[in-house]
This record gives sequence, structure tokens and C-alpha cells, in this order.
Amino acid sequence: MSADTTAARPVPARALPGSGEVRRHLLIAVVQNRTGVLNRVASLMRARDFNIESLSVSHTDSDDVSRMTISIHGDEFHVEQAIKQLYRLVDVLKVQDVTDEPSVQHELALVKVRATDRNRGEIVSIVEMYRGRVVDLATEAIVVEVTGTESEVDALIALLRGFGIKELVRTGAVVMARGSQSIEEATKR
Amino acid sequence: MTITKGASPRGSVHSHVPDAGTTAADAIEKARRDMLHQGRITKRTRIGADVVCEALLRQGVDVLFGYPGGVVLPLYDVLGDYPEIRHILVRHEQGAAHAADGYARATGKVGVCLGTSGPGATNLVTGIATAQLDSVPMVAITGNVPGALIGKDAFQEIDITGITLPMTKHNYLVRTADELPAVFAEAFHIARSGRPGPVHIDITKDALQAETRATHPDHDAVLAALPGFRPTLDGHPRQLKLVAQEIARAKRPLILAGHGILIAEAWDELRELAEKAQIPVTWTLLGIGAMDETHPLAYGYMGMHGWKHVNRAIQSADLLIALGMRFDDRVTGNVRTYAPHARIVHVDIDPAEIGKNVAVDVPVVGDVKRVLAALLPLVAPVDHETRAAYAEQLAEWRRESEGSSWHGSGMWRNGLLSADYVIERIGAANDHDATMVADVGQNQMWTARYAGYRRPHSHLSSGGLGTMGYGMPAAMGAALGRPDKKTWAVVGDGGFQMTVQELATLVQDDIPVKIALLDNHKLGMIRQWQELVYAGNYHSSEMVGPDYLKLADAYGIPAWKATRPEEVDAAIHAANAVDGPALVWFEIASEQNVFPMMPAGKGLSDLIEDLEDQE
Repeated sequence: MSADTTAARPVPARALPGSGEVRRHLLIAVVQNRTGVLNRVASLMRARDFNIESLSVSHTDSDDVSRMTISIHGDEFHVEQAIKQLYRLVDVLKVQDVTDEPSVQHELALVKVRATDRNRGEIVSIVEMYRGRVVDLATEAIVVEVTGTESEVDALIALLRGFGIKELVRTGAVVMARGSQSIEEATKR
Repeated sequence: MTITKGASPRGSVHSHVPDAGTTAADAIEKARRDMLHQGRITKRTRIGADVVCEALLRQGVDVLFGYPGGVVLPLYDVLGDYPEIRHILVRHEQGAAHAADGYARATGKVGVCLGTSGPGATNLVTGIATAQLDSVPMVAITGNVPGALIGKDAFQEIDITGITLPMTKHNYLVRTADELPAVFAEAFHIARSGRPGPVHIDITKDALQAETRATHPDHDAVLAALPGFRPTLDGHPRQLKLVAQEIARAKRPLILAGHGILIAEAWDELRELAEKAQIPVTWTLLGIGAMDETHPLAYGYMGMHGWKHVNRAIQSADLLIALGMRFDDRVTGNVRTYAPHARIVHVDIDPAEIGKNVAVDVPVVGDVKRVLAALLPLVAPVDHETRAAYAEQLAEWRRESEGSSWHGSGMWRNGLLSADYVIERIGAANDHDATMVADVGQNQMWTARYAGYRRPHSHLSSGGLGTMGYGMPAAMGAALGRPDKKTWAVVGDGGFQMTVQELATLVQDDIPVKIALLDNHKLGMIRQWQELVYAGNYHSSEMVGPDYLKLADAYGIPAWKATRPEEVDAAIHAANAVDGPALVWFEIASEQNVFPMMPAGKGLSDLIEDLEDQE
């Protein structure tokens, strides 16, 4: 019978969970609309050391259910852990990682751009190319609204930066999977 | 023999509650019950505080550990109308939380504690966190300032739900009396279901005072209100088949039994699995008691201060079957070198535990009792012969390691009293049937290693949070929860002095906790690390303590002191012979270490042993 096998040849180290390949994941969380639920989710993410890039919350068509879109950085193991930890919250009904799903991922930005009589027309035509629109007009500035994917919004902002951006606000992405499936109709897990 | 007995006899301190069994007490009890059944609150309106008491009764709560304060006075004002709920007035709210925790661990029921707003609530926090880390079912109730004052920095106002949010399973801020029935029903359901844990309910003073006609929900209504809380109880059949295959294939399988076995009351199924497939059973700190230690397949306690033979078996195993445990760092050490030959089966009711600390080959999510019951028919029986060589090797390792760090004569070096001996004698003197409640530090590890456990829930210990000061108040709860068993608190002089004020609670409510004080005049585990890891730089580990005989005497608690091995048994028996609380002061060797020890960051194969330290 073999003796103490630990003393024999060197053994490869036990693999740690996860691949270490870090990228951005987009999660949808459907939660009960109770007081403090945003606080619970944010607190959990902080306590468990998950790296959140953006988090947006909104109502759904149902009064007692809210929906969050969470953008998080990590490898697939890290993100799976985040999902499992979210499920431990009593108020969380359903969490889905839609990173690799066909989905619509849009955000909205409002940009207050420096504008003069000379360049106002040029700014407006750039904005129109990005299907944005001017929502306010003042003597020395205009406010532009644009929606689109993160990279579309990035691209417009990069162009507007040349004119001078006085103020910028972005909502962060909101996401919806394509097709007729509904995360809100699905039961938990 | 120089056993010193504490001076004052018991009986000089009177409990505020008449002794049960006397005629007078019976009469009072009967009158109160009559009042209850006749509708005791007909002469006043039913308020939120009544709802709290009704809810506790509906949940079967018979003891409440608490401390009054301004905003919970409405509750204390009606508490007397509910005599079935025994209120234990602690001396510090931390004691209330630990007592509720000890009650819960000893009984498997939900423990309940109560504090006022502000400091009362923050004092509960350490005890709530202790329960959270060890998955202990608890409902912690606090009062808060009237709703109109919330957010105004009112007297004794603090955002306590903000504080307990990350350290509870769930929490509530209740601002109207009408919400109370549903909140309490949900809280108890959440605390005890799935992976248990503490739930905190913060109630504003005006909610306690407001009149209400709200009715208590039934179980279905509770479930309907919690669509996001549906613990998975049954293991997936496909996974169970895989587990059976792993067991059939394994040559050196090992079971790692954790707290989950005790929580799920799965000790019979555990033993059946071990016997059917001839698999030795090891256990974590909180898994102690999952298997009778005298069972031939019971192999021992694992981890940082576990037995060398157990850690060696883990390192040589080809299959680890982890049941209701979470691969804590005190169990694995360096994960990279942990069980290098083993495939891992991991059964846990909390999906988040699976793959959290180690990568798992076969995960099973479910209640471990149900999982094992479903698994057992799938497991092919293995006879003893098949595993004879494996069993023989494990037996040989055990023989080698069991003598280590054991001082059978009762003497450590230079004739000083040895702590391991004291613990072994306490275990033996109680026929290994007492509830042993450890504090934290060296005393905790000695208690885990040497008392010898035969039954579930006979060992209580703050494992996850490692809360010094836990021992005595938790023993208080355990003694009330299991009055049929002797309860021994094993405390060091450090932890004892953190919650020593609860001695008065033991006396006032006549709670028969026996305290074994292992006094080395040191923070022993700190000193041990300083000796072994910090090159003998003994900073802040010396401890001056009082004369504990005089201290016990001042509280009216009989006490004995033992400094030599031959005094140990007599002192233990003397304490056991007392009806109420008693204390034994063991003056132990001040520089004795707990061996073996796995240094932080190292693996299970890198145990430090003290070869001089063996007889």
C-alpha cells in the first residue's frame, strides 16, 4: 500500500477559482421596490470588493419591482460570485449577466457646450450626425442631448470637447436583452 | 490539598423571580395565565408593543435577553402582561446578543435579544456580527426615536439599520405599528430558513406606542411577501449521481463535516454515509459534535490548530466531501497547497459559498440533510476490508499525533498546571455530555481539541468572528435553552474580563453556568504568536486580573481555585455540585502554547510542533 503520498513528488498547486481574465460585465438585477434596496446592493458591492463602474436604478412597469443595471469589472468567477452574493439579498428577485447576450445597451448624455454665433451651426450639424438634439440654446452655450451606445456617446463627446465642454452628465448604460424573453416575467433563478 | 472555596454561600442573593415550584410562584403564574386567557388587555388599547409580544409568542419564544432604555419603555410597559416570555436583564447589550446566540446554537431555535436606540443598539452589534459569521438564527430588536425625529440627531439616535445592513441576513426599520405583524413573521422565517442568520428589526418609539388592529399573517402570506427568498433545499439529482460516482472511484476519501450538519440536524445521515462507504470523518471548529468522537470513523478536528493526523489525511486524500462548511482560511491555510491530490465535492445550502474559496469539482446546492438522504441510496456500500490499508495508515498517523501537545500528568513544564489536562477533566467529569462554551483564543483551541464530544450542539464557539467575551454570556443562553444539560463556559482571563459583568445576570436569574477560568495572566494566543512569529516581542500581552475568588464572592457566586493537577477533579465536581452558577479558577502555566499550529499564509503540511512539549 502506498505510504504518505504528500511526501513524494512535487504536486502542482491547486488552481484558484476563475481565469483572471478581467473585463466589463453588464448585469441586470430585478429587485423588490423596498426602502433601502439600492443601499443594500451598493453596500454589498463595496463590502465584497466588487468593482462597480456604473449602477442605474429605475421603476419597471410594476410598482413593487425595480430594475438595476450594474456595470462591473472582473473575471467570470468574480462576476459569478457577485451574482450569487446579490441573490443572498432578500429583496433581489433575479440577476442576469447579459454581457454576452444580444442586447440593447444605451445611455443618455447631456452636454453643455461652449457655442458662439460663428460655430453654433457646426456644432448642431455634428450633433445631428449622432442623432442627438439640441435641448437648450443660450447666448454662449447650447445643451445637447444624445442617446446611444457607450462608444457612440464617447465619440460625440470627443468631438464636442474641441468646442469646450462646460458641463457633462451621463446616465450610465441601461440594458435590455433582445427578443421576446423577459427577465421581469421570469421567476427568480 | 489546597482547594480554596469562595466565601459566601449561595442564597444570600435573591432572584426577583420567585423560585419555580413553590406554591406562591404557582399562584402568581396561574393568575397571570388567567389574565392572559381572559383578554388581559381589555382595559387598554392594543398597541405596537403588544404586537411585538404576540409575535414572539407565536414564534415560540420563551426567553428574551434585553436591556431597557427610553424608546423601548413602551415595550417594557406591556412585557409583564406576557409572562410566558421570560425576560433576562443582562448587564450590557453585547451580553444579550451573545446569550441569544448561545441559546440558538444550543437549541437550534431562534434566539432573541433586545436593546434600546443609540448605544443600546450599537452595543448589540458585536453579538449580531458574531451570529452572522457563524450562521446563527437570531432576531435582534432595537427601539429607535419617534419617526418625526429620525434624521434630526435626536437624543440616542443613530442610524442602526445602516450599521447592521452589511452584517445581517436582512434588516427592517419599522415606523408604523401596522407593519409589525408582517415584519416579525418575515424576520423569524428569514432568520431560521435556508442558511440561518441574524435579522435585525428597528422599531420607532411611536410605532411601539400606536394603537393597531393589524393581524398576524399566516405562513403562506409570509412566503408570498418574500418572492426573493427561496432557499434551494434539494440537491440536483444529476449532481447527486456525480457525487456517488466520485465516492465509488475514490481510494482515499475524507468527509469534512461543518456547522451545516448541526444546523440541518443531519448527524444521522452523516454517520450513515460514513459507515456505508467507510469514509473517515473530520470536522471544522463549528462542526464539532457532528459525529460522536468515539465512533471508529471519527477522525478529528482539522485546520490551523487541528490535529496533525487530520491535516495529514486531508493533504493525502484523493476526495474531499465537504458537507456544510465553507473552506475558511483557518481550515485551508494557503489554498494553493491545500489537499493537492483531492477532487472536491462541496455541499452547501448557500450557493455563494460554492467556489468562493476553493475551486470545486462537484458542487451540490441544498440542505445537507436532504442531500445526504437522497444521496445515500445512490452510494455503493464499501466494506471495511476494501479500505483496510487506508484505515491502517490513518490509524498509524493518529497514534503518532495524538500524543503531541498532550500532558497526561496534568503538568506542563516545571510542574505548572496544563490547560489541555484541565479541559479533558471537565469533559470527563461531565460524561462528555455538558454543553461546552468556549471563549476565544488558546482556551478555545484547547476546548475544541481536548473535551471529547459525543453529541450535537455540545460545543459552542465563536468561529468566524472570533469574538473575545463570547463565552460566558453565550453559556448563559445555552444554559437557559438546555436546562437538562450542564453548561460549562471555558474562558481565558482576557475574554472573561471583557464581559465579566454578566456574573450579576447569572445570579439575578439563577442561571446555572459553570465557569472554567483558564488564567495564565496573559493574552495567551497573542503571546504565542509573539513568541513564534514576532521573535518574542511581548508587547501588551501581559494581563493583570483581580482576585477571582473575591470577585466571585462579591457577586455571591461560589468559587474554587486549582493550581495543581490533583486539585482539578475536586474543583470541577464541587462546581458541578452547586445548583446555580459557580466558578473554578484554574491558574495554568503562563507560557503554554497550543500545538500544532499552522502559521498564517502557510499550508496544512507546514505545521509547527513543539517537540520538547511532549511527554
